[in-house]
Amino acid sequence: MTASPDAHTQGGRQLALMILGRIGASVVTLILVALVVFAISSLLPGDAAQEALGQSATPEQIAALRQEMGLDRPAYERFGTWAWGLIGGDAGQSLVANMPVGDIIRERLPNSLILAAITTLVAVPLALGIGIASAMNRDGRLDRALNIATLSMVALPEFLVATLAVLIFSVWLQWLPSIALVPEEAGVAELLKALAMPVAALAIVVMAQMARMTRAAIIDQLDRPYVEMAVLKGLSLRRIILTHVLPNSVGPIFNAVALSLSYLLGGAIIVETIFNYPGLASLMVNAVTSRDMPLLQACAMIFCAAYLALMLIADVAAILANPRLRNQ
Amino acid sequence: MAPAPATSYVAVSGLRVSARGPDGTDFDIVRDIDFTLARGEVLALIGESGSGKTTIALALLGHARNGAAITGGSIRVGDVDLLSLGATDMRALRGNRISYVAQSAAAAFNPARTIMDQAVEAVCVHRLMSRAEAEAKAIGLFGELGLPRPENIGRKYPHQFSGGQLQRLMAAMALMSDPDLVILDEPTTALDVTTQIGVLQAFRNVVRRRGTTAIYVSHDLAVVAQMADHILVLQQGHIVETGATARMIEAPAQEYTRTLMAAAHPAPAMAERGPVASVPLLEVRGVTAGYGRIDAAGTPATPVLRDVSLTLHRGQTLGVIGESGSGKSTLARTICGLLPPARGEVLLDGAPLPPGLKGRSRENFRRVQIAFQNADVALNPAQSVRQILNRPLAFYHGLRGAAAAARIAELLDLIQLPASIGDKRCTELSGGQKQRVNLARTLAANPDLILCDEVTSALDTVVGAAILDLLADLQRDLGIGIIFISHDISTVRAICDDILVLYHGHAVEQGPRDAFTQARHHPYTRLLVSSVPELRVGWLPEAGSAPALPPVSASVDAAELCPFLSRCDTREAGLCDASFPARQRLPAGNEILCHFADQRLAPPAHSQICAT
Repeated sequence: MTASPDAHTQGGRQLALMILGRIGASVVTLILVALVVFAISSLLPGDAAQEALGQSATPEQIAALRQEMGLDRPAYERFGTWAWGLIGGDAGQSLVANMPVGDIIRERLPNSLILAAITTLVAVPLALGIGIASAMNRDGRLDRALNIATLSMVALPEFLVATLAVLIFSVWLQWLPSIALVPEEAGVAELLKALAMPVAALAIVVMAQMARMTRAAIIDQLDRPYVEMAVLKGLSLRRIILTHVLPNSVGPIFNAVALSLSYLLGGAIIVETIFNYPGLASLMVNAVTSRDMPLLQACAMIFCAAYLALMLIADVAAILANPRLRNQ
Repeated sequence: MAPAPATSYVAVSGLRVSARGPDGTDFDIVRDIDFTLARGEVLALIGESGSGKTTIALALLGHARNGAAITGGSIRVGDVDLLSLGATDMRALRGNRISYVAQSAAAAFNPARTIMDQAVEAVCVHRLMSRAEAEAKAIGLFGELGLPRPENIGRKYPHQFSGGQLQRLMAAMALMSDPDLVILDEPTTALDVTTQIGVLQAFRNVVRRRGTTAIYVSHDLAVVAQMADHILVLQQGHIVETGATARMIEAPAQEYTRTLMAAAHPAPAMAERGPVASVPLLEVRGVTAGYGRIDAAGTPATPVLRDVSLTLHRGQTLGVIGESGSGKSTLARTICGLLPPARGEVLLDGAPLPPGLKGRSRENFRRVQIAFQNADVALNPAQSVRQILNRPLAFYHGLRGAAAAARIAELLDLIQLPASIGDKRCTELSGGQKQRVNLARTLAANPDLILCDEVTSALDTVVGAAILDLLADLQRDLGIGIIFISHDISTVRAICDDILVLYHGHAVEQGPRDAFTQARHHPYTRLLVSSVPELRVGWLPEAGSAPALPPVSASVDAAELCPFLSRCDTREAGLCDASFPARQRLPAGNEILCHFADQRLAPPAHSQICAT
């Protein structure tokens, strides 16, 4: 997103400067997040050595393993080593699995990305459709029905949705597998079948917010004089919403979409657990329980970076959609 | 004018538009509206807000706002009975046979789409012509409405145009389909007078040339006199009087029409000047203020006011006048401390006031109060009138309980509102009542100086005139000083003792009101005065035909030259485009920022500047 369509103009330069500034701020945010995660995890009782050896280990054994893992060094030193490694592209060594953190993540990240991508492809068009349909029928029957539907989608906890789905589609109907394990050389059809329930459960969670924000953003514009002008030019409501209102609601809609989508990586934990899906979120939870600090840190950084990137994309899209900001 | 055809072209009879009130009962917004209009004629609908003029105009497009509905009567345009049409047929008519020019083009253009997209949209949707034909036609119309470089306009967005240009663009958009009927809804109300005159001229030319049948909605009789063949006066949803323009202006039959005419042109108040104290109440010395970083020389990055000085004595009113963006409101903000000046100082009773809010004491705050333009926004809608007035009483005077209640009763009496209004919320009040409460809030502080920022601009002329009377009473009784900021020179000339004319942040002319009845003025003041529409038929063709400006060298925008140079009709090559003008005093007592002081500053014969 660094190159804008009119990068040679003043506006393009300002936009590029803005994006650079935001990336700089994102780096600072990432460092702060790393510090906070590091500080909080050192407050947890016990460490990786203790977890690995269990209750019966003698203090000498634990001390020895600690030294081997480098846990006896002061916290700032461990943080420094880790951060320095990360700058060089090395996320460190997992304390528990005894292999590079990069390798572990490389194995899990594609799973998370596939789940997030498919959910996005399903949820975003549906949510925009629902939001636009609601707004077009403001206070009508369809609007009220959709309102109730989205409200219940927000209110229903996802573990309930996911468990009910397993009960209905896997146990009773036996249409879909209850475990979302994708074989190595699975075709698209198999992939979709395996992921149908996790995607549905996640989509229900993120869709409702997006749909409601889309409706609000459009309705916010409907009372503007330019909409009345469009009515008095003899345009149909559908045309007014699609060609007049939507270009003006892009900013808030994109922001709502970005906020909702940022949930798809880290927030997928419940869905990953229920369907036994090997994604990043469950990896991070495991890292917490086993006090595997380097792995935990790496996951936190990925989630945070993804969130910041989504927000940046939403802001840039909002600026590009607004001629006043674009040509400033 | 062609003789009127035997049959009327537009015929409205028994029109009624109703809405449901907050208490659930239906009420009529307009009722029993009958009128006819011949082809090629212009009818003006005139009245105050709430008179139903816009409601009628929109009904001619089969449209009603905010849950209102057309509940009776018939509207015929050409041979179409509008109210019998279904939604689809109605849509096919709008933007096609009947088109609309909205009141605020700045809001009625979609900010996210190009001008060309919006101009050709209706004709393309109605399949009247291809996109290429439509674009060619639009460019022709842009030129016809006097817009510069019409071929470059299409790719631009609304925010790249001024208000006057947008209003012309909107008129061009409305004429794209060669409509049978054009509805113009207060198309120049939001414009400065100096801009309005050009837009009116362009509208008039294009309407005359094309023989357009039009309905022109306005609250301003003088504007309407220039545009319309017939005038229809409305009050609270019914017709008061209707007739040919000349007859209506010269011999209005109804009392209400006469009231409207009187309110539009306030007679000067004959307040005699009292003895003037040696130390003025307020003195502003060489203030430069603006926004952005202030450089070493004390000039902000975006200067709004430049070297402005003024004095105001107790019990007197200083009128500040200029077009939007001239720095009027910034002057008020600087005096009350909201915007610290970059250079210069503000003195109250001879003692300098700290520049910003931070340094000022509660006593400083109490003595200088500001009344904002829009009482709707300035008053907290969640609070009752009593709560709004309680706050300054407690803050400045420590009044609480019975003492505060007694003072509030006094204040309400002072602003001529019934005591029962104290428990109402501002949202329940009318525009004029809100503005009175807004004034009462400033009075609660017992101020020495009130800054009135366009306090009557959002009000109807009749309601605004009542507020002006109230201000005059308050000033006489309480002896406060008032700075009255306005864009309306007839109001300022009527009620102010001294007048300050701002142009691009420069005080181009200032002096006592008497001087403003003399012949010689700064060229900008002259333009301002001559741009105010006069209440007579035929004013526009005379006033609007401005002669070409004298040539000057190309660098007319230079900051070191006279700010008005690019628009001045008195400018002279070698003088005005070479150096910054000096401030000089004319014999009548007015001080101007101009190179000239002689007869060249007198107005041309046809527009007499003198107030009656």
